[in-house]
Amino acid sequence: MNDFQYFRMDQFPDFLRQLMHSGYRVIAPTIDQEAIVYAEIQSIDDMPRGYTDEQKPGYYRLQHTGNQRFFDYAVGPHSWKRYLFPPLQLISTSIKSQDGWTFEEHVDEGESYAFLGVRACELAAMRIQDRVFLEGAYVDKNYQNRRKASFIVAVNCAVPSANCFCTSMNTGPKCKSGFDIALTELSDGFLMEIGSSLGNEMVTPLGFPTATEEQLSESESVSDHATEQIKKTMDTTDLRNRLIGQLEHSHWQDVANRCLSCTNCTMVCPTCFCSHVEEVPDLNQERVDRRKSWDSCFNPGFSKLHGTPVRNDTRSRYRQWLTHKLATWHDQFGESGCVGCGRCITWCPVGIDLTVEVAALCEEEP
Amino acid sequence: MPEKLRLGIFKFASCDGCQLSLLNAEEELLELAELVEFAHFPEASSRIESGPYDLVLIEGSISTPEDLDRIQQIRRQTDTLVTIGACATAGGIQALRNGANHDEFMKLVYPHPEYVQSLATSTPISNHVSVDFELRGCPVDTGQLLQIISDKLHHRKFSVPDHSVCRDCKLQNIVCVSVARGIPCLGPLTQAGCGAICPRFHRGCYGCFGPCHQTNTDGLTDWLIKDGHSSSQLIPLFLNVNAEAPEFARTAAQLIRQDSAEGESDE
Ligand code: SF4
Ligand code: SF4
Ligand code: SF4
Ligand code: SF4
Ligand code: SF4
Repeated sequence: MNDFQYFRMDQFPDFLRQLMHSGYRVIAPTIDQEAIVYAEIQSIDDMPRGYTDEQKPGYYRLQHTGNQRFFDYAVGPHSWKRYLFPPLQLISTSIKSQDGWTFEEHVDEGESYAFLGVRACELAAMRIQDRVFLEGAYVDKNYQNRRKASFIVAVNCAVPSANCFCTSMNTGPKCKSGFDIALTELSDGFLMEIGSSLGNEMVTPLGFPTATEEQLSESESVSDHATEQIKKTMDTTDLRNRLIGQLEHSHWQDVANRCLSCTNCTMVCPTCFCSHVEEVPDLNQERVDRRKSWDSCFNPGFSKLHGTPVRNDTRSRYRQWLTHKLATWHDQFGESGCVGCGRCITWCPVGIDLTVEVAALCEEEP
Repeated sequence: MPEKLRLGIFKFASCDGCQLSLLNAEEELLELAELVEFAHFPEASSRIESGPYDLVLIEGSISTPEDLDRIQQIRRQTDTLVTIGACATAGGIQALRNGANHDEFMKLVYPHPEYVQSLATSTPISNHVSVDFELRGCPVDTGQLLQIISDKLHHRKFSVPDHSVCRDCKLQNIVCVSVARGIPCLGPLTQAGCGAICPRFHRGCYGCFGPCHQTNTDGLTDWLIKDGHSSSQLIPLFLNVNAEAPEFARTAAQLIRQDSAEGESDE
């Protein structure tokens, strides 16, 4: 197996065709609603070319660069969890007949998707959700099927956004594992790293040449340059204990005065996994659908027990979200629940930045 | 076959849009007619029967002297009373006259105001009689309306989701118009139910389902003002179909005060 190969920009369509001929539907970055989102593509013409994004807390703007590059932007509003853990799922149906009720479970066999353009922080997020859905006492079979059916083409970031802080979370900007293929966009083509035997089988028929030393070092400098551009940081040293030691800090109320408890941060977060299940009957109560949908600890109803929410104000809800991500996730899953992708910062409609809040919360009170 | 549910639908000051939401349920209407007797639904049928009613849906706000009487009569004949829409639940757009000069408004609108019998205020139904459940929206959502009728039919507790419009955007792949386009959006403060129609068509939510539980209006207005919007630009966002909802009314009043203070300091 030759681990590093190279193909020219004009061979990118061949690469894409190979994925499609192997039976995959390709999901990749596309432009929709003034943002770069993940959707099915038929050719490389469906992908953004010559675009970048400007991101700040509560701010995202697409920008045209005029160059011919494919991946000069960071992560957008969507994450791959939309495909692996869809926001709305019908999980079963019960139907009443003369003989009583029949129950039908809906099993998702998993669409064969090739995810093209998965960033390092997103690979880390997939590994985290794997642990949540597959490695505990209960295995989510539908998630498992979808995950098994997917093929992953990662891309090493060249242009991080101002909200990226993967370097602090030790997840990026370079992809280390968890992919079938990883690409680095060079000046005239792509460096292609093969990460699995499935990936190797995929690209062997293409017969691309082994990468040269120059191409390998150009790729290294793309990642080095990306690392240098990341300015946002979060001090993770003993963060779990530092946060748990500050549960009564007055700053929680300061955030609560700004936070709208709107759920956006949890919806866009690639690791948040909460959902709720409801029974939806028809008018006659002869057919009942069981539906599962994304939920969030910011919804007042989320912590409702015997009639009243346990976390009955925004202060306790924000505290739940932040301490779950950064502290109690360690207790539950042995790692942090944050990969540093910055989505919760960009897509918060009032620009609340968890790295800033964490710094304030870890300051001792006067 | 159990006895049919006797349903009454009554209209007060309103545009008929909420009743239309029921008529829009074309597929379910036939099925509904099997389970429900439409005893009073003038919008759909000229057959009008007197009470008592098992379930009454009230559209519209109280805005004339005779409304005051009529709502009491209806309540007396009704087992379960549900208000439908922003007018019945929060006074509607017509509540903008509350606190304004009613006589002046009358003269502006009607050539002969002396022929018009109208109260100086437009108020929600719950200010006058006890209400069992309030369904929000301008207009209400057809699915929620059918669900309420079905809940009554099958003796279930009424409930609708209490999360923000934002969650519905995210469930449906809608890119946030506020973050990606800088359009002020009331979605984070507004109770879901519409399916995020406005953001889906690239405009900001204007709060027609009314404020969320424990909504933080100041959090949003502080951010928007810091972001360069003026108080006067934000006032119409809150002075809309839910202008009388307490959180929106308080925020509008605060923005108006800020705006006039800014105006004075400019002079
Ligand atoms: S908490 Fe925020 S930065 Fe961390 S993974 Fe989730 S969305 Fe990304
Ligand atoms: S932060 Fe909240 S929504 Fe996210 S996984 Fe934890 S409890 Fe669930
Ligand atoms: S957080 Fe890192 S890996 Fe993720 S998009 Fe930004 S630079 Fe890339
Ligand atoms: S932190 Fe921001 S995105 Fe998250 S709930 Fe609060 S206002 Fe919404
Ligand atoms: S468009 Fe409006 S409702 Fe939708 S997520 Fe953004 S702020 Fe919330």
